[in-house]
Amino acid sequence: MTDQTKQTLVSSSQQPVHAIPKHWHQILDEASISKAVSRICYEILEREKTSAKLAIVGVRTAGEYLARRIHKRIQEIEATDVSFGVVDITLYRDDLATNNAPILKGTEISFPIANARIVLVDDVLFTGRTIRAALDAITDFGRPRTVELACLIDRGHRELPIRADYVGKNVPSSREDSVKVKLKEMGYAEDGVYIVSKDRGAV
Amino acid sequence: MKHLIGIEDLSKDDLLGLLTDADNFIEVSEREIKKVPALRGKTIINLFLENSTRTRVSFEIAGKRLSADTINVSSSGSSVSKGETVLDTVWNLEAMNPDIVVIRHKESGAPKFLADNLKNVSIVNGGDGMHEHPTQALLDCLTIQKHFAKAGRSLDGLKIAIVGDVFHSRVARSNLWAHKLLGNKVSVVAPPTLVPRGVAEVYGDNVSVTHNLAEGIEGADVVMCLRMQLERQGNFFVPTLDDYTRRFCVTEKLLRKVAPHAVVLHPGPMNRGVEISSDVADGPRSLIGSQVNMGVAVRMAVLFKVGRGQLHE
Repeated sequence: MTDQTKQTLVSSSQQPVHAIPKHWHQILDEASISKAVSRICYEILEREKTSAKLAIVGVRTAGEYLARRIHKRIQEIEATDVSFGVVDITLYRDDLATNNAPILKGTEISFPIANARIVLVDDVLFTGRTIRAALDAITDFGRPRTVELACLIDRGHRELPIRADYVGKNVPSSREDSVKVKLKEMGYAEDGVYIVSKDRGAV
Repeated sequence: MKHLIGIEDLSKDDLLGLLTDADNFIEVSEREIKKVPALRGKTIINLFLENSTRTRVSFEIAGKRLSADTINVSSSGSSVSKGETVLDTVWNLEAMNPDIVVIRHKESGAPKFLADNLKNVSIVNGGDGMHEHPTQALLDCLTIQKHFAKAGRSLDGLKIAIVGDVFHSRVARSNLWAHKLLGNKVSVVAPPTLVPRGVAEVYGDNVSVTHNLAEGIEGADVVMCLRMQLERQGNFFVPTLDDYTRRFCVTEKLLRKVAPHAVVLHPGPMNRGVEISSDVADGPRSLIGSQVNMGVAVRMAVLFKVGRGQLHE
């Protein structure tokens, strides 16, 4: 929901509300995240093959913030108008029957999907199930020309035939580990990607 | 098993959460493909044992847009008209493994009674007698919330007037519970015979009662008109309908004088010229069309929450 997003952004610009626990191991800092985002933007522009209209679509919640950054950066580089949207996959999850507390935040796609070149943005690519759900959500709005996938972290362990077109960093991880992307927009003092090992007490 | 029997059972967070969800569901109904797979494989029975157009249709549409299978049962044409008790009917329906039964019944307490006697089904109250009509109060709140959000105001700090046959109204009772949670001032306006006894004691200090229409709606932000429920009334509540209309019909002329900025709600069906004049119902301050529009989103939110087992008992 737009209002909630605005609220989050407002509150985060005032004061960081979350601290990073000591046992989280940092694998990317703010500068490297910024570099990765920039590189992904250039790669997206380089790969332009068709004249289809480019649209950046973020997957709630962290993916949305990354998508906003990519959207802004691409417009700075190219000075063209790029569409932007957000998908909430809550209603499309394949684990809804077992997950009892999904929070619905709403999908915002206000541009025509038909024949658009969509770049889907998420923070961490893991099993691929989120992306499967996001693809369903997007195709409910129409038939895009192509859909590409950008993610900040690819940690492996795919359970579905899905791969990313643009990857910020490949992070080999144990299945039991937890990879966390924490951004200023979410109320943290600075951007960072962390790995939390199970034996070190994952959250 | 989780149910929605009344607003009385909800916390303020439950109420606001449902409204937020409903607001997010509005977008689904505006898509080209108006469907999401959220309740795929769930079965919803709409058991409407009392007449209804809006509520039944909007529950059915809401269920279908969530990809649930919806089945409608009405009293005419079902075994209820052969003398079967409602509990027997629902026991039989339960044997076919539905996930949610939405029930409307003329007796207050019927949904609670079913919820207490069924193990595997969620019950959603679609209006029971003079007790509650929770989804109507939710859609009224969402309509008000969205209207006042345009002016930068929130759902609290409003002055609400509820006018008309409050005594017979489940809509009024659900709204009274909702505005008690939200902390809004409510003025109940009705002839003495149509005010429930002890209304201020039950619904709290922010409720005041008056028998004078102009006094009751003065300075109101929202005027909720209620239908004169002639089918429930008998002959004892008002001397004549003309007499009632002269004293309690909400007209544009009166609103301009005492509550110029008020918006007007009516849960329908309307008796035009009895409790509300046509110039109000069709005029710019009327949110009646918007109420019906919000109905689908609110019922989607309720079915989603109940279908996912997230509401309190």
